[in-house]
Amino acid sequence: MKLKNTLLAATALSAVSALGVQADVITVATVNNGDMIRMQGLTDDFTAKTGHTVEWVTLEENVLRQRVTTDITTKGGSFDVMTIGMYETPIWGANGWLVPLDDLSAEYDVGDLLPAMAGGLSHEGTLYAAPFYGESSMVMYRTDLMEAAGMEMPAAPSWSFIAKAARAMTDRDNEVYGVCIRGKAGWGEGGAFITAMSNSFGARWFDEDWNAQFDSREWSDTLNFYVNMMNDAGPPGYSTNGFNENLSLFQQGKCGMWIDATVAASFVTNPKDSTVADKVDFALAPDNGLGVRSNWLWAWALAIPAGTQQEAAAKEFLEWATSKSYIELVAAKEGWANVPPGARTSLYKNPNYMAVPFAQMTLDSILSADPTNSTVDPSPYVGIQFAAIPEFAGIATEVSQEFSAAYAGQQTVAEALAKAQAITNEAMEAAGYR
Amino acid sequence: MARSNSMQLKMLTTVAAWSIGLMIFFPILWTILTSFKTEAQAIASPPLFLNFDWTLENYQVVQERSNYMRFLWNSVFIAGGSTLLGVLIAVPAAWSMAFVPSKRTKDILLWMLSTKMLPAVGVLYPLYLIFIELGVLDTRLGLIVVLMLINLPIIVWMLYTYFKEIPGEILEAARMDGATLKSEIFYVLMPMAVPGIASTILLNVILAWNEAFWTLNLTAAKAAPLTAFIASYSSPEGLFYAKLSAASTMAIAPILILGWFSQKQLVRGLTFGAVK
Repeated sequence: MKLKNTLLAATALSAVSALGVQADVITVATVNNGDMIRMQGLTDDFTAKTGHTVEWVTLEENVLRQRVTTDITTKGGSFDVMTIGMYETPIWGANGWLVPLDDLSAEYDVGDLLPAMAGGLSHEGTLYAAPFYGESSMVMYRTDLMEAAGMEMPAAPSWSFIAKAARAMTDRDNEVYGVCIRGKAGWGEGGAFITAMSNSFGARWFDEDWNAQFDSREWSDTLNFYVNMMNDAGPPGYSTNGFNENLSLFQQGKCGMWIDATVAASFVTNPKDSTVADKVDFALAPDNGLGVRSNWLWAWALAIPAGTQQEAAAKEFLEWATSKSYIELVAAKEGWANVPPGARTSLYKNPNYMAVPFAQMTLDSILSADPTNSTVDPSPYVGIQFAAIPEFAGIATEVSQEFSAAYAGQQTVAEALAKAQAITNEAMEAAGYR
Repeated sequence: MARSNSMQLKMLTTVAAWSIGLMIFFPILWTILTSFKTEAQAIASPPLFLNFDWTLENYQVVQERSNYMRFLWNSVFIAGGSTLLGVLIAVPAAWSMAFVPSKRTKDILLWMLSTKMLPAVGVLYPLYLIFIELGVLDTRLGLIVVLMLINLPIIVWMLYTYFKEIPGEILEAARMDGATLKSEIFYVLMPMAVPGIASTILLNVILAWNEAFWTLNLTAAKAAPLTAFIASYSSPEGLFYAKLSAASTMAIAPILILGWFSQKQLVRGLTFGAVK
């Protein structure tokens, strides 16, 4: 197959050179996850269609973020296409660092992108990055343990149900913990979860004048609820657990419920790695009866840095990688369960894909997340698990460190919230918001 | 009685030395073992030591996904080039400091060492902009120069300490016999300092091989060495430990082998001069 693809690519290259079409080499910076790695393996198809070749720079998420930020702010030109997220896109778009994607071909069908994704990757109505895959968060739970606890998971559970079920499912003697949730410091780790959870408790990061709100009753309720539930029914050392640690615990059958990214559904239902693959079901992320659920919204998207020498070829690549035909290519080669989810409406109208066990719940989770209206009380920012301002990553990392210290019992919840309030107000004042 | 005490002391120090050695080597051993496990076995609790189904699947995946030889060649070129360039500059510098010292020599040596205390990230943006201006971003030449500059203080310090061990009278005798400066350094000084120079070269190759901040930040697709190869196998979402371990094992294997074969020279050099 590889030889065939190589021959196809070589033939295409000869054809385009004969026709006088320019074949470029583009450099794509990306993260190391299953969907991106799969795309690298299918690059021959892009080369066969366009004649352009691709050089990949694959990095760990935090390294990639630092690397592409340095490059784009200095106009280094190291990359022609960058993989960035929903947090960076509107900020970089507003700064003029990204090429606006306002002239994509009719065949690409921009209108087919899920509105929540397109909205989160736009600034003032202009799309600056094309979603490669999108995710929300949801509850993944063990059907056998839930049944043994004599409870039934509703499709849209409340936090009080989750806490009750978690305590009922916990069996510490056998190392089974009712609920596994991120507690690890970092704005994209535990910080993302607690922010999304706080939305459902009626809390918000800032009021409309950018004053920090950690001194509110809603934040106190959120953190106290989380700490009490995790102390009663969470795994030991949960304050240092992130996505991978909880994935590992769940796959080994040590978690009754795991509330995390929808992308995890394909991991926990994969019998190759998961010991509980046939005992997993899904539900929406919990709410607290206030009209806002605790699920987040995220997309890994492809963007073109302004000033690239290969803008035309980069745009061709971006269209290829986030197109409907790419999804069909993956489905044909790797099966429908492996196509990049959460980016296009048409995928969720495809009966083949909707037969995948977690497809409907992923769509429902994504559709129930609104980054422009994420809090119960009005807030001045866009974003669910983050506020799309440049200062947020730094502030939220510090705040989440204080929260993790409270989870670990090194300080009280009240102390952590008081420090978070001071840290945030100080940083916002220094940045000129207040 | 005295002999028995001496034996006990010897046994105790032997056990202590082996224990410390094994403790230092254990993370490397664990990485190598993990590289032969499946992803599920890599995260098993309790951890599996030797009783698992050994597999070469991770190495196969890494080979298919990455162009290992390109990363390896970049590492060899960058580590070797920066060390050789550094030694070329450091030998005359260390010679002048050791044999023709001024009253500021000690201050200069300390100042050179103090540059190692500057956090690298503090100069990331200025250096990045310089690299863009010079057109050496993502080139091996750019990295050779940067890594040479980073390690130069250590090379000069080490060579200075070795050269100080050599009696100045020998060089004076050579000069009286009509040796030029070049002949003095190349035919008299350097042959006597071979163990020191060899260990300096080896240590700096290791330092340059393992350098991960600049090699990750100043490269993209063309000049990326093995540090970037390793970084590409870490993931915040999904199991990756077994494949990361395979990539790490492949990245450290050349330098481990080099260290193994040259351990005699390395130990001899290190105990002869700088850190004795």
